[in-house]
Amino acid sequence: MGTAGARPIVSTRRRRVSGIAFRAFTYLSLLLILGPAAWLLIGVVAHAWPHWHWSVLTESLTTEQTGGLRNQILGTLIIMLGVLLLAGTVGVLAGIHLAELARTRRNGKPSGGVLRLASDILSGFPSIVLGYVGYVALVLGLHWGFSLFPALIILSIMVVPYIAKTTENSLRQVPTGYREGAEALGMSMGYSLRKVVLKSALPGIVTGLLLALAIACGETAPLIYTAGFSNTLPHALTGAHDQFPYLTYAVFTFYNEANAQAVDLAYDAALILVVLVLLLLVSTRIIVARTQRYAEGRRG
Amino acid sequence: VTSSGGSAGTAPVKPPGQSVRPVTLTRRLADIVRASEEGAWRWSALVAVILPLAALVFAVTVLAIKAFPAIKVNGFGFLTGSVWGGKGGAYAATVRTDGVLHPAGVEYGAWPIIAGTIQSSVIAVIFAVPVSIGAAFALTERLPGWVSRPLGFAIELLAGIPSVVIGLWGLLALGPFLAKHVYPFIGNHAPDVPVLRYFRSPVGEGEGLLTAGIVLGLMIVPIIASTTRDLFSQVPTLPKEGASALGMTDWEVAQKVTLPWVRSGIIGATVLGLGRALGETIAMVLVGGSALRLAPNIYQPFGTIAATILSQLDGAMVDGTGFAVATLAELALVLAVISVGVNLVARLIITRSSRLSAPVGRGA
Repeated sequence: MGTAGARPIVSTRRRRVSGIAFRAFTYLSLLLILGPAAWLLIGVVAHAWPHWHWSVLTESLTTEQTGGLRNQILGTLIIMLGVLLLAGTVGVLAGIHLAELARTRRNGKPSGGVLRLASDILSGFPSIVLGYVGYVALVLGLHWGFSLFPALIILSIMVVPYIAKTTENSLRQVPTGYREGAEALGMSMGYSLRKVVLKSALPGIVTGLLLALAIACGETAPLIYTAGFSNTLPHALTGAHDQFPYLTYAVFTFYNEANAQAVDLAYDAALILVVLVLLLLVSTRIIVARTQRYAEGRRG
Repeated sequence: VTSSGGSAGTAPVKPPGQSVRPVTLTRRLADIVRASEEGAWRWSALVAVILPLAALVFAVTVLAIKAFPAIKVNGFGFLTGSVWGGKGGAYAATVRTDGVLHPAGVEYGAWPIIAGTIQSSVIAVIFAVPVSIGAAFALTERLPGWVSRPLGFAIELLAGIPSVVIGLWGLLALGPFLAKHVYPFIGNHAPDVPVLRYFRSPVGEGEGLLTAGIVLGLMIVPIIASTTRDLFSQVPTLPKEGASALGMTDWEVAQKVTLPWVRSGIIGATVLGLGRALGETIAMVLVGGSALRLAPNIYQPFGTIAATILSQLDGAMVDGTGFAVATLAELALVLAVISVGVNLVARLIITRSSRLSAPVGRGA
């Protein structure tokens, strides 16, 4: 690289222009992302706000597709709760295994390579493919019909890798001194895991769970193939062949109705979903900010 | 038994408020409980960590078994043919080929939707990568923290917005806007030469390939932009300052120092974004127009594999022979193979050329 002098010298003016062009490009690209994002959010709010009634939250949908979205909201919340219980348990335990319990190989690398790879592949698996597997295997194969359980299982399979990954990462950030200290005090492995390690990794784990819930509440395609398409809550949650309502389906179908009130409801559902996701993301931010404030060793 | 120190054995002084107890049944029980708690943690964690692998194997096995009859009848023409459904339809008389029952005259060729999936994802990547890199530069190198942090959060929020909402916006707001104000300009000025011919009018209503690609691009921007932003902030300051001190402009510093430092990470994030774009369903159903043919020009309706799987659900439920369900399973298998392949390539790039870990999840 010592031949720089042999190269033609780029004129100062061209260099200055390219610098300015680059600077303009960076701001333009920021605008190209944030502009549409703002347009989208303002669009949803502007469509939903003028006709917004709080009764949308409490009334159920009539057969003429007027009324409110009570059933859809409850359905989405029940699905989120179910995913939290099912995927949360499995994902956190899987993360504990990968970070704490898996034996370290002789060459110093952690074991579980195949398991981690499977988890990675699953996290990139198209949700519609998983939904179709749910349809073929659970809805048709096990004769469960379109109902809550196939939906919960498929959504959980979707987000477990995500929860496992965030759990593993936040457990790995717990200082080794904590574990050694717990062991030196004679704590049993289970006790130190519960009271020391998991406790200090908790904010990271909760953040991962909340983000997984944000994914779960915004899904549509896999739910159409598993929960079906209904506007009423079934009487029993465990019933097979009881189609289950959820908000994203209301957005997907009502926008196209001839009935103006149904179109309004589509925008209401979209607004509720956006607010739900916003709340989840803001709470993760608050958790992260609080833990950083009280952390002993602040990172740069 | 000297299982626990302190109060047992030789200690002559009684701890206040606590009597010296011999090893009793209760203490044995406590030991057993401790040991079994450890066992419970180990076993349940082991089961939990195997579940994703089991789910993956289960999913692929189910698809393969279900798709087998369709693979036998559709043959290799499934990947190259361009007629979907054929003359028969679900109500035709059923016939038997190779022992598989199916409606007479069906023909399934998935080439147009395989091509549509790849086209829309490539457009998305072409749009998303430069914009993400530019925005990440603005956030890390230009703007002060009190501006860039909320803007970064806004980008993360974009990742969390449900795809059905983004699809609806693309269909009702973005598509019509582009078709009215932007596409006519491109469509009327594109020259009639091989590649650019594809950009010539008619521009349609905004429901089609280019709009879908842009919407997809917006959906994968958060993945690429937030990864790139994190990568940029890990580039050491000294080389950058050194380059500036040598008189390099911002662009030269970016081009010669920052970008080479993080290239592999950006490539990895891009391929992950590509993987997500390939599998996006509901937004593509809304914006793409759910056609089952190749788009004649870049503005026209088209289909993707994921959108077709969803929009053909009704047809599959009508077909009494179950052949349509089998064909959709074959289609799902094709999509799974493509996106797993893309994902593995991304992991390979990331692990081979950098120690930075891959971004997790579906971009939220």
